[in-house]
Amino acid sequence: MARVSTSHVLLGLLAAGSRHGYELKRAHDERLPRARPLAFGQVYATLGRLRRDGLVAPAGQEREGGPDRTAYTLTGEGRAALDRWLAEVEPPMPYVSSTLFAKVVVALLVADVDRARDYLVAQRRAHADRLRELTAAKTAPAATVDDVVAADFAIAHLDADLRWLHTTLDRVADWHREVHP
Amino acid sequence: MTQLQARGVVKAYGPTPALRGVNLEVGEGEIVSVTGPSGCGKSTLLHCLAGILRPDAGQVTWRGQRIDGWSEAARSKLRRTEFGVLFQFGQLVAELTAAENVALPLLLAGTGRREARTAALAWLDRFGVVELADVRPGEMSGGQQQRCATARALVTEPQVLFADEPTGALDTLTGEQVLTQLVRLAREQHTTVVLVTHEPRIAAYADREVILRDGAVDHSGLGLDLPLAGGQR
Repeated sequence: MARVSTSHVLLGLLAAGSRHGYELKRAHDERLPRARPLAFGQVYATLGRLRRDGLVAPAGQEREGGPDRTAYTLTGEGRAALDRWLAEVEPPMPYVSSTLFAKVVVALLVADVDRARDYLVAQRRAHADRLRELTAAKTAPAATVDDVVAADFAIAHLDADLRWLHTTLDRVADWHREVHP
Repeated sequence: MTQLQARGVVKAYGPTPALRGVNLEVGEGEIVSVTGPSGCGKSTLLHCLAGILRPDAGQVTWRGQRIDGWSEAARSKLRRTEFGVLFQFGQLVAELTAAENVALPLLLAGTGRREARTAALAWLDRFGVVELADVRPGEMSGGQQQRCATARALVTEPQVLFADEPTGALDTLTGEQVLTQLVRLAREQHTTVVLVTHEPRIAAYADREVILRDGAVDHSGLGLDLPLAGGQR
């Protein structure tokens, strides 16, 4: 099962503007409510790696009677890495859903609507193509019951992904108004 | 080779536009699905292509001949001879048996009674419901009725089959069995199929998917309300 890339989700959240670790954790948990909540340690460790790799940079500190809180901003390289991840179509497989979910949410969050649209079109096409292949395989005269049952399983999941994708995108206009007022 | 073509087809119901200039080409023997959200105009497009409705503007061409301007009688004859039409609810004639329902298009086209019955039985057999030949629709399940309706739509061996949500009223497995048989027979006979559906799983039976949105073909491939850059839609 493909794991969700926390690094890329954080890069996506930073695309909207600089934030410090605590804000990133809250934004992550709000935007991906069904995902496992991020631990603070995981956020800071990930930010440390992203900074080391030049994908984020410190954007100032604030002190509110507590420890220093460093805000981070996306670098040019960070944006390029995020764009590469978003452009990469997920291989349509039965258990792709969580990565698909994270990627669609992040695609909708980033400022570049054309890029998000390109990704969603490509992903939808990949799913529809795979659905067609599986349908052809299961309806072939030589298909065994085992073939049909296995194809059914994959088809049901892909169909569910596609329905969810459609419903989500139907809500997109509202999302964009919310995220980019 | 293009068999059926829509060019700039426009259709409105009173003040409500349903099609806003649809362009579509369907090749001979091709199975094309027309998908899109509710109200996108997919059923209206099917009705215009099948000659059931006349477009307000634009052209519908069948083998190079414009049919949109034909009289109702001429279009009706075309539907009896070259086209087959299948709807979500089979729309069998309640007073007739399965065999009589399936034979009906042949009788209307002038085929003799005995020959029409023989052909009807053969088609009922292909769909696995020949034992229901003398049963009326009221005594059949939904799946059995839709198998009979599909046999009736194909009995004239039409060049094009227009199917509007043909499995929409059936459970998943029954719908799939009907559709699998329909697609297999269509391919064997090289029948062109225009399949209207809102379900991705059903659209996957087609060779190609055409997505409609707001009464026009959506070339973006999404068919959805995703805003474009600059606030355009």
